[in-house]
Amino acid sequence: MSKIGVFICHCGENISATVDCQKVAEEVGKVEGVEFATDYKYMCSDPGQNLIKQAIKEHHLTGVVVGSCSPRMHEPTFRKTCASAGLNPFMCEVANLREQCSWVHEKGESTTEKAISLVKMLVEKVKKDQPLQSIEVPITKKALVIGGGIAGIQAALDIANCGHQVILVEKEPSIGGHMSQLSETFPTLDCSQCILTPRMVEVAQHPNITLYTYAELEKVEGSIGNFDVTIRLKAKSVDFSKCTGCGTCQQKCPQKKIPSEFNAGLGTRTAIYVPFPQAVPNKPVIDKEHCNYYQKGKCKLCSKVCPVGAIEYDKPDEFIKENVGAIVVTTGFNVLNTDFFPEYGYGKYKDVINGLQFERLASASGPTLGEIRRPSDGAIPKKIVFIACCGSRDPAKGIPYCSKICCMYTAKHAMLYQHKVHDGESYIFYMDVRATGKNYEEFVRRAIEEDGVKYVRGRVARVYEKNGKLIVKGADTLLGGQPVEIEADMVVLATAGVSNPGAEQLAQKMHISYDPYYFFSEAHPKLRPVETNTAGIFLAGACQSPKDIPDTVSMASGAAAKVAALFSQKNLVREPVIAVVNRCAPPVFSTCVGCFMCETACPYHAIEREDIKDRKGNVIKTVAKVNPGLCQGCGTCVAFCRSKSIDIQGFSNEEMYSEVVSLLNS
Amino acid sequence: MDNNNEFEPKIVAFVCNWCTYAGADLTGTSRIKYATNVKIVRFPCTGRIDFMLLLKAFAGGADGIIISGCHPNDCHYTSGNFHARRRWITFRHMLEILGVDVRRICFTWVSAAEGAKWADVVNDNVANIRKLGPYKEYTKVAQYFEKEAYNEQD
Repeated sequence: MSKIGVFICHCGENISATVDCQKVAEEVGKVEGVEFATDYKYMCSDPGQNLIKQAIKEHHLTGVVVGSCSPRMHEPTFRKTCASAGLNPFMCEVANLREQCSWVHEKGESTTEKAISLVKMLVEKVKKDQPLQSIEVPITKKALVIGGGIAGIQAALDIANCGHQVILVEKEPSIGGHMSQLSETFPTLDCSQCILTPRMVEVAQHPNITLYTYAELEKVEGSIGNFDVTIRLKAKSVDFSKCTGCGTCQQKCPQKKIPSEFNAGLGTRTAIYVPFPQAVPNKPVIDKEHCNYYQKGKCKLCSKVCPVGAIEYDKPDEFIKENVGAIVVTTGFNVLNTDFFPEYGYGKYKDVINGLQFERLASASGPTLGEIRRPSDGAIPKKIVFIACCGSRDPAKGIPYCSKICCMYTAKHAMLYQHKVHDGESYIFYMDVRATGKNYEEFVRRAIEEDGVKYVRGRVARVYEKNGKLIVKGADTLLGGQPVEIEADMVVLATAGVSNPGAEQLAQKMHISYDPYYFFSEAHPKLRPVETNTAGIFLAGACQSPKDIPDTVSMASGAAAKVAALFSQKNLVREPVIAVVNRCAPPVFSTCVGCFMCETACPYHAIEREDIKDRKGNVIKTVAKVNPGLCQGCGTCVAFCRSKSIDIQGFSNEEMYSEVVSLLNS
Repeated sequence: MDNNNEFEPKIVAFVCNWCTYAGADLTGTSRIKYATNVKIVRFPCTGRIDFMLLLKAFAGGADGIIISGCHPNDCHYTSGNFHARRRWITFRHMLEILGVDVRRICFTWVSAAEGAKWADVVNDNVANIRKLGPYKEYTKVAQYFEKEAYNEQD
């Protein structure tokens, strides 16, 4: 006979504002098998948890139902509470009275009634629950970091410095990411490359870090503690073990007019190239799409001039397999191009550029060696207009969110421009200035007060060319929407930060969730910001949402700490939500008939075949057996099983049927 | 069908833990209101849903059923939602042959980011089932099943 305790949480007023918690406890208390039912203001607090513990001991409870927030939030908390009072933690269930009841319904009879039936449903489930034991699996103490921008670099270094092996995978020929493209960084105006490149070198030289550049994640299998990953090493066409990085091939390459990705299209590069002089590794790869040999079948000039014979044209992509215990995803973001904006010329005006291109113009390593010159004719612009929130915070463009970094970098751009062009005039069109960071507001004030940047609050309706000038037509909303027209020499659009192309496919490979804009989703927006819903996969940097360098670095260190904490355990304790095939007394042994439909259904190859033998060793029958280390508990096999011989612990047929029956009876 | 104005349908939702359950949590976090008629039963994956549960729910007096999981390719377990989809396609035809009103079953996908969509799914379904009225015909179908099963035994 079950003795069940029911605990209804008010969650301050979050639940009790629309649900009559006392009535819920009273009504559920009448259910057969419920020994004890009560309500309390904060069940997850210390006194609340003590209430549960005490009741378990006093009433010798065999099961507990807590009616509170979502089980995704506090199920682990309450299960731990039960365990500390000596009750098997898997005899505790959480009814979702907050996210799926009190927050989504108005106050009223029907809301309380729904709450009652939700709790009753779980009371029936607990009656069928079986005590389960957690599963321990060994952990592979090696991490995979995907993406070699500042987030990946920081995460890899932090994990490596904890003494664990790290594999860093970068899809471009060099690590460094967007940060390597920046000129100076706000709010200190120190040079981005000067603070980044030493870290890049540290990664390359770290004994615990294996670096794979020009490589991409191909496949992920397994789960936390034991992921099997396949990495595609794209053919570089250059043997790095021979190449000395002398650069002769780049000088001789006849394809010289390819737009350089590193310079955001403002400079050119060759077909065999190192993305930038400070690249790590500083060895070239061949861009097959632009190489004469790959496209037309002849040239091979690089091979002729290479003093060490490092060029290898016919080598295919390689695939390597690695076993890792945790994955940190740091794939970063992208910025929209100017051609996304029909009102600003669809990208056809050469002097309308985006923020990243301005970074390259202002950078000492850029195409103009740090002089602000307009792309069309190389003249120094005397009047420059910056337009903030290009795309961002604009639901009409499909981007309702704030890109977070634009306010600050636009202020920085205007400041850098004023420092370099003393007689120049700079205007910034903005919606709001969001300078929320240490010394950020002061930085913006400095741009306005010391450097004389003119801030105009309002939107720009149109940019068009007239007599060699870019006419910027906007409005000043602080002056009652008075029209403003500026004849500019150059226009810089602070275009929205968006997710990387391919982010969706990557998320699907790893089975992590993403938001409507293809930024990866964290497990909890406040309390678990660096974890994903897939255990063992962590997030850092702008792949989660646009963010600046300090936030990215702290998030990367946070993810690294999570990985280190995981690796500090001897074994990994996993929830026993796995499938099992029943066993019974001879002569049946198991109701499994050996059709192995479950084997075809299982995505994890967790179904094995077991021979049941008689004393002489003759096989009586072959039945299915679940490998508990591989099973992830999806339960697809359960729905497939024709003889109902396989069941999933924690979501068994008995439990699910009694839930449904209870829900409809109440 | 006269008292349809007062009719409050009973609807059971079978949802997966990773997408729709999280999506429904997001509906709550975003404080989007919806009808109280739908009650959620949490499964690890839509691939886990034994479709006999649907018949069990109708037999228990449900007027409508929602099945919702991850969008194609987004399954936490790689392929569970594909199995569910294939099962649904087959099962739907079988139910039609048996005379079960398949308009009362809604098969959909709601991701963890689609809190607003979940509210729409619920409200649309409640309105739809309210229009269809209480599902009394199922008892007739069930009785027929039983009679047939009895006849087969002879």
